[in-house]
Amino acid sequence: MELTTIWFVLIAVLWTGYFVLEGFDFGVGVLLPFLSRDETDRRAVVRTIGPVWDGNEVWLLVAGGATFAAFPEWYATLFSGFYLPLFLILLALIMRGVALEYRGKSDGTRGWDRAFFWGSLGPALLWGVAFANIVRGVPLDAAHEYTGGLFTLLNPFALLGGAATLLLFTQHGAVFLALRTTGELRRRAVRAARALTPVAMVVVMTFLVSARAGILSWAAVGVAFAGLLGTLLATAAGRDGWAFTSSAVAVAAFTAALFTSLWPNVMPALDPANSLTVTNAASSPYTLTVMTWVAGIFTPVVLAYQAWTYWVFRRRVTGAA
Amino acid sequence: MDVLDLSRWQFGITTVYHFLFVPLTIGLSIIVAGLQTAWYRTGRPEHLRLTRFFGQLFLINFAMGVVTGIVQEFQFGMNWSAYSRFVGDVFGAPLAMEGLLAFFLESTFLGLWIFGWDRLSPRLHLATIWLAAIGTNISAYFILAANSWMQHPVGYRINNGRAELTDIWAVLTNSTTLVTFPHVIFGAFLTAAAFVLGVSAWFLLRGRDEATFRISARLALAVAVVAAIGVSFSGHWQAQIMTEQQPMKMAAAEALWEDETSAGFSLFAVGDVENGRNHVNLQIPYGLSLLSTNTLDGKVEGINDIQARYQALHGPGDYRPVVGLAYWSFRLMIGFGALSALLALAGLWLTRRGRLPAGRWFHRLAIAGIGLPFLANTLGWIFTEMGRQPWTVFGLMRTAAAVSPGVDVTSAAVTLTGFTLVYAVLAVIEVRLLLKFVRIGPRDEEPEAEPAAPALSY
Ligand code: HDD
Ligand code: HEM
Ligand code: HEM
Repeated sequence: MELTTIWFVLIAVLWTGYFVLEGFDFGVGVLLPFLSRDETDRRAVVRTIGPVWDGNEVWLLVAGGATFAAFPEWYATLFSGFYLPLFLILLALIMRGVALEYRGKSDGTRGWDRAFFWGSLGPALLWGVAFANIVRGVPLDAAHEYTGGLFTLLNPFALLGGAATLLLFTQHGAVFLALRTTGELRRRAVRAARALTPVAMVVVMTFLVSARAGILSWAAVGVAFAGLLGTLLATAAGRDGWAFTSSAVAVAAFTAALFTSLWPNVMPALDPANSLTVTNAASSPYTLTVMTWVAGIFTPVVLAYQAWTYWVFRRRVTGAA
Repeated sequence: MDVLDLSRWQFGITTVYHFLFVPLTIGLSIIVAGLQTAWYRTGRPEHLRLTRFFGQLFLINFAMGVVTGIVQEFQFGMNWSAYSRFVGDVFGAPLAMEGLLAFFLESTFLGLWIFGWDRLSPRLHLATIWLAAIGTNISAYFILAANSWMQHPVGYRINNGRAELTDIWAVLTNSTTLVTFPHVIFGAFLTAAAFVLGVSAWFLLRGRDEATFRISARLALAVAVVAAIGVSFSGHWQAQIMTEQQPMKMAAAEALWEDETSAGFSLFAVGDVENGRNHVNLQIPYGLSLLSTNTLDGKVEGINDIQARYQALHGPGDYRPVVGLAYWSFRLMIGFGALSALLALAGLWLTRRGRLPAGRWFHRLAIAGIGLPFLANTLGWIFTEMGRQPWTVFGLMRTAAAVSPGVDVTSAAVTLTGFTLVYAVLAVIEVRLLLKFVRIGPRDEEPEAEPAAPALSY
C-alpha cells in the first residue's frame, strides 16, 4: 500500500476511535438531564465516564496532530476554513471538560450540568455538520484556501449530517449507560435507547445514502445499518453488552462510510481542479515513513493500556452511591 | 487591528494562559508521585494525607491545562494556515508524536489514578501516577522540540516552496531543544516547589496540621533550591546558544546597540530606539561577555550592526524585535526567579537542623512568593517568542507571512474576544476552587471510592 493510503486509513482510524469512544461521552452528556431524577443519579451518570473521558478526547488531539504531520494542507485548509464552527466546538469542549472535572468538587452542580449538556450536544451536532461539508465539497481556490462563509457551511445537507451524528451519539450514550448502570437508572437508559435507536436509524441511513460514493462505502453503509439493527434487537432482549458492541460497530461503520466516500480526496472542492487529495495534501515520503514507524510501534501500546482501563472499570455504577 | 494583529494577540493570550497551568502540572505531578512513593515505602499517614491533598490541587490545575491545550492543538491551522502549509512536513511530526506518546499516557493513567485507589494494588496504583507524570514530561519534550525548530530550524530542506523534513533525529536533538528542555523543566519544578511551600506555609501560619505540612515545606525548600540552581545554569547555556543562533535576541535583551568586546551586563537602561542608542545604562562590567561567551573579552554583536547585516542577507526590512520588551522581560524573568530562589534559601537557613522559623514573616512571604515563578515563566516565554520577531520561523518565514489569508477580521475578533472572556471566567472559578480545597485541608477518607456493584455482563 502507498504511504499516503496508509495515512489516510490511519487518520480514518483515529476519527473512528474518537467517534466510537467520545461518541458515548457526548451521548451521556446529552442524556444527563433526561435520565436522572436527583443528584445521586446525576453523579452516577457522570461517574460512568469519569475515568475515561479524557483518554477518549485524546483521540481527537492525535487525529489533529496526525493530520498536521501527514497532510499539512488538509490541516491548514480544514481548520482555517471551518474557523467559526471549530471555535464553537473548542468552546464546547472546554466547558465540558471543566464541568466534568469540577462538578464533583463544587458546591453547586446545576451550572456544571448545563455546561456538560451543551458542551456535549454542541460537538455531537457540529462534527456531523463539518463532516457532511467535507464529504460534499466546499469552495476552495487554487491555493486551497476556503472561500465560502459561515453560512456556506450551514446548508440543509450539512444540517442533516449534524442531526445524524447527534442522534447516533445520543443513542450510543443510552446504550452505554444501560451497560454501565443498575436499577432504575438502567431501566431509563434502556427506554431511551429503545426510543432513540429507530429514529437514529432513519436519519443516519438517509444521510449516509445521500452522502456515500464508491463501492466500498456501500459495504460500510450496510454494516452501519446492521449495527443499528443489532443494537435495537439486543436492547429489546436485554443483552446490554451486545447492544453496546453493535452500537460501537454502527458508529465505526458510519465513520468508515464517510472516509470511503471521500477517498482519494481529503477535501473535495466544488471546482474539482482545486480539490485536496491524498497526493497533493501529503507530506514528503520521508516524513510519512518516520511517522509510520512511530504509529506502528506506539498505537498497539496505546490500545493495550486503554483497553486495560476499560477492564479495570468494568463494574457497573450504582445510582445509590 | 488587522487579522495579523488579532491572531498574534490570540496566540499570545491563549498560549501564555496555557502555560500558567503547564509548569505546575509538570512539577507537581512528580512531587505528588514522590510523596506517594514515600507513603508506599514508609506507610506514614502524613505522606498519604499529603499525597491526597496535593493530588486534589494538582487535579484542579490539570483540568485547566487540558482544556486550554485543546485550543493550542488547532490554533496553528485556524489562525496560521500559511505557516501550517509551510512547516507542516517538519513541525507536525513532533506534535503528532506528543499526542501519541504523551497525551494518551498522561490522560489514561491519570484517570486510573483518580478512580483506582480501591481498584488497583498499591504498587500498581503508584505506577499509574508515575506514568502520568512521565507523560507530562515527555509532552514537554516534544512540544519544546517543535518550538525550538522555530527558533533554530534544523534537519530540513526547502522544496516546492515548503520546508521538508530530512532528518527527524536532528529535529529531536536540536541543540536549542537540549538546552530549552532542562530550563523549562527546572522552571516548572521551581514553580511547583514555590506552590507547595506557599500552601504549606498557609497551614503552618494557622497552626493546622503542623506535623504534616512541615514535611511538605521542607521538601519544597529542597526542591526549590535545586531547581533554582538548575534554572540558572540551563539559562546560562541557553543564553550562549542564543547568542550564536539568534544574536539579535541577545542584543535586544541587553539593549546593546553596537558590536562590543568586554561587554557589560546591563541592569537598568533607558533606550532611544529611533536613534539606536541608550540614554542611561547601568552595567556590571564584563558581565554580558561572560554570560554569552564564557570569556571576559568575548565579542557580542549589537542591534545596529546585526540590523545592517540582516538587511544585506534577507533584503530590506526591520529585523529588530521590540527592544524594550525583550530587555525588560529578560531582566524580570531572572529577577523574579532570583527572588524565589532567595526565599527558598532563607527558608532552608531558618529551618536548619529541624528548627522552626521564629517569626511569622517567613510564612507570609512564602505565601506571597507563590506568584514569583509564574511571573518568571510567563516573562521567559514572552521574551523567547517576541524576541524572535519579526520571524515566526527564524530566518525562514516572517510572522506577517504566516497568518491565515482566508480568515476575516470579524471572525478573528470574535474568537479573540470569546477565548479571552471564557478564560477570564475560568481563571476566577479555578482560583476559587483551589482556595476552597486549601481551606478544607487534608482529609482522611478515601476520595472517589467506587461502591461495589455487580460486574458487567453480556
Ligand atoms: C513545556 C511544556 C508545554 C508547552 C510549551 C505546551 N504544552 Fe500543552 N501541555 C503540557 C505541556 C506543554 C502538559 C504538561 O503536558 C499539559 C499541561 C496540563 C496537562 O494536562 O498536560 C498540556 C496539555 C496539552 C493538551 C491537552 C492534552 C490532554 O488532553 O491530555 C494539548 C492538546 C496541548 N497541551 C497542546 C499544546 C500545544 C499545541 C502547544 C504549543 C503551542 C502546547 N501545548 C504548549
Ligand atoms: C507555552 C509556552 C509559550 C508561550 C507562553 C508562548 C508565547 C507566545 C507569544 C507571547 C507569542 C506572540 C508573539 C508575537 O506575536 O509577538 C507567540 C507566538 C507564537 N508562538 Fe509561542 N509561546 C509558547 C510556546 C509555543 C510553542 C511550544 C510553539 C510551537 C510549538 C509556539 C509557536 C508560536 C507561533 C506559531 C506563534 C505565532 C506567530 C508569531 O507571532 O510569531 N509557541 N507565542
Ligand atoms: C539566572 C537565571 C536565568 C537565566 C540566565 C535565564 C535565561 C534564559 C534565556 C536566555 C532564555 C531565552 C532562550 C531563547 O529564547 O532561546 C530563557 C527563556 C525562558 N526562561 Fe529563563 N533564565 C533564568 C531564569 C528563569 C526562571 C527563574 C524561570 C522560571 C521559573 C525561567 C523561565 C523561562 C522560560 C519559561 C523561558 C521560555 C522558554 C525557553 O526558551 O526556555 N527562567 N531564559
